[in-house]
Amino acid sequence: MTSLSVAHQPRSNAAAPATVEQRPLFGWLFALAVVCTVAAYARAIYFTPIEALQGASQKIYYVHVSAAMSAYLALGILAVLSIVYLWIRDERADRLAESAGEVGLLFLTVVLTSGPLWGKPIWGTWWTWDARLTLTLFLWFLTAGYLVMRGAIEDTAMRARYSAVLGILAALLIPFIHLSVYMFNTLHPKPILLKPDRPSMPNEMLVTFFAMWVAFTLLCLALIRARYHYAVDRDALRALESGGGDA
Amino acid sequence: MSVLEADRLTRAFGGRRAVSDVTLELNGAECLALFGPNGAGKTTLLRLLAGLLKPTAGTARIDGEALRGDPTARAQVGFISHQSMLYDALTVRENIELAARLYGVADARRATEKVLCEMRVLERAETRVRALSRGLQQRVSIARALVHRPRVLLLDEPYTGLDALGAAALTETLERLRRDGGGGNGGATMVLVTHNIDEGLALATHAAVMHGGRVLRLERREELDSTSYADEYRELVGGAA
Amino acid sequence: MRPALLTATWLVARKDLAIEFRTRTAFLAVLVFAILGVAIFYFAWDSTAVAAIDLAPGVLWVIFTFSGLLSLQRSFGVEQADHAMDGLLLSPIDREAIFLGKALANFVFVAGIQFVTIPAVALLYNLPSGRAVAILLAIALLAAVGLVAVGTLFSAMAANTRLAELLLPMLSLPFFVPVVYGAAQATATLLAGRPAAEAWPFLKLLIAFDLVFLFACTLAFPFTLEE
Repeated sequence: MTSLSVAHQPRSNAAAPATVEQRPLFGWLFALAVVCTVAAYARAIYFTPIEALQGASQKIYYVHVSAAMSAYLALGILAVLSIVYLWIRDERADRLAESAGEVGLLFLTVVLTSGPLWGKPIWGTWWTWDARLTLTLFLWFLTAGYLVMRGAIEDTAMRARYSAVLGILAALLIPFIHLSVYMFNTLHPKPILLKPDRPSMPNEMLVTFFAMWVAFTLLCLALIRARYHYAVDRDALRALESGGGDA
Repeated sequence: MSVLEADRLTRAFGGRRAVSDVTLELNGAECLALFGPNGAGKTTLLRLLAGLLKPTAGTARIDGEALRGDPTARAQVGFISHQSMLYDALTVRENIELAARLYGVADARRATEKVLCEMRVLERAETRVRALSRGLQQRVSIARALVHRPRVLLLDEPYTGLDALGAAALTETLERLRRDGGGGNGGATMVLVTHNIDEGLALATHAAVMHGGRVLRLERREELDSTSYADEYRELVGGAA
Repeated sequence: MRPALLTATWLVARKDLAIEFRTRTAFLAVLVFAILGVAIFYFAWDSTAVAAIDLAPGVLWVIFTFSGLLSLQRSFGVEQADHAMDGLLLSPIDREAIFLGKALANFVFVAGIQFVTIPAVALLYNLPSGRAVAILLAIALLAAVGLVAVGTLFSAMAANTRLAELLLPMLSLPFFVPVVYGAAQATATLLAGRPAAEAWPFLKLLIAFDLVFLFACTLAFPFTLEE
């Protein structure tokens, strides 16, 4: 072996941070989403007929169902990104999964609050263990657990790996929860006074549903995007703070 | 083909490179004494060479086989650190026999007896580890690393906590291993991390200094001047030792 | 010759069980918790409104879940002291063997708890027969597989985080729901003397869960190791 001598150390091994773009957190997509949401709300409240059997409170259902769709979209993104992360180990996948998780939790909370608000006047109770609400409840627990676990891990690589593992396992769990709830409901019929099946919808209601769904989907994507940009900035700041002092 | 090889090994944690572009080669019956201040990356380098860590870039090889993803290469390595890696509720014998079985040693019982004898802890074989003094635990920990007769021995400050008797037993064992050791294929290859320059140079055939994740200086034992080495070392690491 | 997967699994499991047997305090503590819980539940119910025998399955499965969690908490603690886990990782055994060995040891631990708790439930809640106890034990063993598969993995993960004792239940409990549901419904069906065919869908749910998650968690375990 030959002897090596190195004259001096390079100053820092951390990648020099790129100039942070001056971009607003909430961009054009968010503005578009807000406009669509306001329009959809307006349509739902003022321009859609009141449902005969359930009355005005039925209109919460537009929000309830659309929020559920958005929640599933966000969590679906989380599940896919978990697989992607374990495959390519790119931290951007992890950041996007984190953002999707938070936004998903937000929409799940909307579902869980709008459900009882709708249910009380219709069913007479705040809570029923119906399929969607129960599944949403468990998704809420899983997502909250995901975010709490992320908060409890300092090391970024470990956090990303653990989150990805949890995301994939949670995705595997969903069919089992679904099946359990389905079996529970079919085998234990509940005594409820009024069982509002989804009535056949006149066109105006369908259009409103569609409008609300589009608006919430845009909102979901816009929020994920904004949250992702926040995560990028936050991580860049952390890298600057910790990378500065090493030789 | 060398026994132990590091080929541009790099390991980063987040944005920080703990080990940066380290290349070295060692053959049988060679011992590299690795010096360096705290935080220089010596432990990380050892863990990379043991297969406990995955390199960010570069490769670690044993007998030409890359360590990553190859359990048989891992089986050639013995690793000693200041963590004992022992189960303190089990006895000395149980710990060593477990290690022997995990490595697939043919006659685990006999190999255990032998190594306990070498490290002079045979009379405490049935004692639970938690009842032993720190120094004895260290000896048992060393026995655990040697029971499968590794070709490559990685030692991270092994003299920590050893009394004079234990230190002598260790030096004797290491010397013997280096000369004829291994699996009967000639002497073992060793990397010894230590803060004590004299202790390190006593066993070494090669010496290196690490700082800031890089190997600053690497040479054969006979090429260096042991009297001035300590001073040169201090100068090299700029008083950060 | 490096040990095969099953051999290595058995080595790890035997080691864990030896350590557990040496100290025994964890087992006794969980056992006391389980039986105390069973007793307390009895007083929490209006025994005139609900017959003890109808109450028993619910109580049993709730206690099964929480004593299971307690059992799992200690699972990776032993590897953290003195970095003993490094010793396992350095050796040439498959990473999956570490997981399966620990899961097997946890299974034996949980089964041991159930072997005492279930007869205790039968005694305190006046279950009619030995047949009831046998049914409960069999289903408990089936449920324990799923519980232990998920719980061992999350125990490994939680051990490396700041909120270990909080995270293990928080992450695991949603996963235990299909297990508890399947087990409780199967138990209730069989104890009420209804035909076994009625219990079969619940048992299928349980078995499917066990298989899927034993497989998935074994595969996931290497990803949770720092490398």
